[in-house]
Amino acid sequence: MTSKRWWIALVVLAMIAAACGGTTSGEGGDTDTTGAEPAATTEATEAPTESTPETTGGETDAGGDFKAAFVYVAPIGDLGWTWAHDQGRIALEEELGIETAFIENVPEGPDAERVIRDFAQKGYNVVFTTSFGYMDPTINVASEFPDTQFVHISGFKTAANASNVFGAMEEARYLSGMVAGAATESNVLGFVAAFPIPEVIRGINAFTLGARSVNPDATVKVVWTNTWFGPPQEKEAAEALLAAGADVIAQHQDTTEPQKAAADAGKFSIGYDSDMRSFVGDSVLTSPVWDWAPKYISIVEELQAGTYQGDESWYGSMADGVVDIAELSPLVDAETKELVEMKRQEIIDGSFQPFCGPVLGANGAEIVAEGKCLTLGELLSMDYFVEGVEGEAPNEAPTGLGS
Amino acid sequence: MIGFTLEKRLETSTKTNLLVLAGSLLVALSAGALLLLAVGASPLEAYGAMLKGAFGGRLEIVETLVRATPLILTGLSVAVAFRMLFWNIGAEGQLVAGGIAASAVALFLPGAAPWVPQNAWVYLPLMGTAAIAAGAVWGLVPALLKSSLGVNEIITTLMFNYVAILLYQHLFNGPWKDPEGFGFPGSAEFGEFAFLPRFTGRLHLGLVIGLVAAVLVWIVFTKTKWGYEIALIGENETAARYAGVSVFRNIVLVMILSAGLAGLTGFSEVAGVSHRLQQGLAVNNGFTGIIVAWLAKLHPLRVVVVAVLLAGLLVGGDQIQITLGLPAAIGQVLQGAILLSVLGGDIFSRYRLRMIRTTAKEA
Repeated sequence: MTSKRWWIALVVLAMIAAACGGTTSGEGGDTDTTGAEPAATTEATEAPTESTPETTGGETDAGGDFKAAFVYVAPIGDLGWTWAHDQGRIALEEELGIETAFIENVPEGPDAERVIRDFAQKGYNVVFTTSFGYMDPTINVASEFPDTQFVHISGFKTAANASNVFGAMEEARYLSGMVAGAATESNVLGFVAAFPIPEVIRGINAFTLGARSVNPDATVKVVWTNTWFGPPQEKEAAEALLAAGADVIAQHQDTTEPQKAAADAGKFSIGYDSDMRSFVGDSVLTSPVWDWAPKYISIVEELQAGTYQGDESWYGSMADGVVDIAELSPLVDAETKELVEMKRQEIIDGSFQPFCGPVLGANGAEIVAEGKCLTLGELLSMDYFVEGVEGEAPNEAPTGLGS
Repeated sequence: MIGFTLEKRLETSTKTNLLVLAGSLLVALSAGALLLLAVGASPLEAYGAMLKGAFGGRLEIVETLVRATPLILTGLSVAVAFRMLFWNIGAEGQLVAGGIAASAVALFLPGAAPWVPQNAWVYLPLMGTAAIAAGAVWGLVPALLKSSLGVNEIITTLMFNYVAILLYQHLFNGPWKDPEGFGFPGSAEFGEFAFLPRFTGRLHLGLVIGLVAAVLVWIVFTKTKWGYEIALIGENETAARYAGVSVFRNIVLVMILSAGLAGLTGFSEVAGVSHRLQQGLAVNNGFTGIIVAWLAKLHPLRVVVVAVLLAGLLVGGDQIQITLGLPAAIGQVLQGAILLSVLGGDIFSRYRLRMIRTTAKEA
């Protein structure tokens, strides 16, 4: 009798455990390999066919035995951040003929270190780690494998064989803000944002400055999701913003969920990472996009030639091509189109920067005075909101920055 | 007509157990092979890569042991409670509570009590004790509710997980966030005096703590009167009461031990691996501990073996992606198939499947 009770109890327990496994992992991509994220699976199956992994093939011998590895925080089928990096990886295979491999869905935290070390140990010549939270693990592993080059995206630490690569997404954010500011009727723009780190805050501020340059009455409401890749959280945040009166939804996330939520509500949105209009439809007015291929190709070519500066800190611009905005939706009016294109040219030729004074803070402080612009260091440590943003930032806006 | 019925085995021999295990694995691996073939991969290559990724070399074994460390401790934690048929589903929350307490000591004691010498000999025991205490307190509330009011412990221990996890998320996203961390969630890094010593790679003292704990729990189970009382309550609570065993006292003591072990896991993880309070502590080790304890049939020494094998399965699963370039989901499905078959196969070591032939009666 007792044994039978045990058995029934076990089945109940196993079910509870399985259920818990799903729910507790809602913590910012914080799943281990057992915590199957159901959403991840569905997203992955939607992956565009061209990104079908051909990892161990090494189709041509042009690249010799050079091997590049990529560590991704989300599935390549996210159609956003990770998808954009994977396009860079595919370009390495197609244009340089080198062998590449990747691993997706790696949580930021202790597990990442194991994955990065595994690639290094398998003899990959370069390991690209493409999420902010991989910074410390990357630096740790780099010290153990001096002959391997590590390239971390979006961080701020470097080592002799660990470089730091990123781009001035704020330039593209500013332009997308102009599009949103011109499109809004309620003058409330919604912003679904991942973590309150400088990268994201910089984007929100640039977006707001762009929006208010064409529509001084526009305000931007921010909701933090505390996850890069969290389809349900991203969707819920967008729905909350729509309910609060926002009629254009912008985002700094990894998936198209906020765009879908806006489209479902009959509202506009601004995508991110990739041209999300091609996945969601014309309600996505434009998207600030990454194009990693040129930089990845040049890193690998320089590594092969032995000329790569292993500890470089590279912050690419729109002129370098690493950031841009996707083609505007046909729903954007001609006047705005022209205005945006003009501003884009000014950014590319260097005559305009988003963070030049006067810039006021959300608290009314004068952050940058007329005639001055934020320095790169100040851009990279931005932790406050500018005027027009409603939300919680880590700090109050300071005064007297720029040079 | 042919029907089937399950008939309880009077005794389960080791041979039966091994046969059932081998059969279960065969079923799981065959099902996995079909899946792999369906996505165009070679099953042999995939299983080979998994095995090699988990145990194929020194570095692989080290990482597998790093992954096994928390599973040993949570497996023991669960085994202790389940032995008494106290369903502690709360190891996850107790682990997190322990991690919070250990982090609190490492982060704030140096400022609050600068006179405490900042070296590992002082700090690590303090952190470990704090973690055990915090885990135990987290487990005691459900234990007291159960022993005094008869509140179902499955519900309370489960719900306490969420309270602990939300508190932990709040701390590293808010008040404990590293002021130097550029706004990224996570506490500051501990001082080096709060790091568990490492042997090689990331393999840290937590593994030894786990092994010692396994031996101690085994001694308690097999050599002490208390261990006998626990087993007695588990087998037959009424008989235990008649024999003069205090069920109340044992529920409280067992949960202190069980939840304390889970709390110690939290200490081992923050002091041994992450060195800060950040994402990655609540990664279901407490729940996986239930699977470990069950596969080990609640035997403390077998818990160690099962934890290492299960860790190998988790670590090796990454290779499905790295070596074969298959989606992460495939690795997870394979892991799930293996666990499900082994756990499900257990029914055949308890019961015998008997075929019954009956002749349909003519009307």
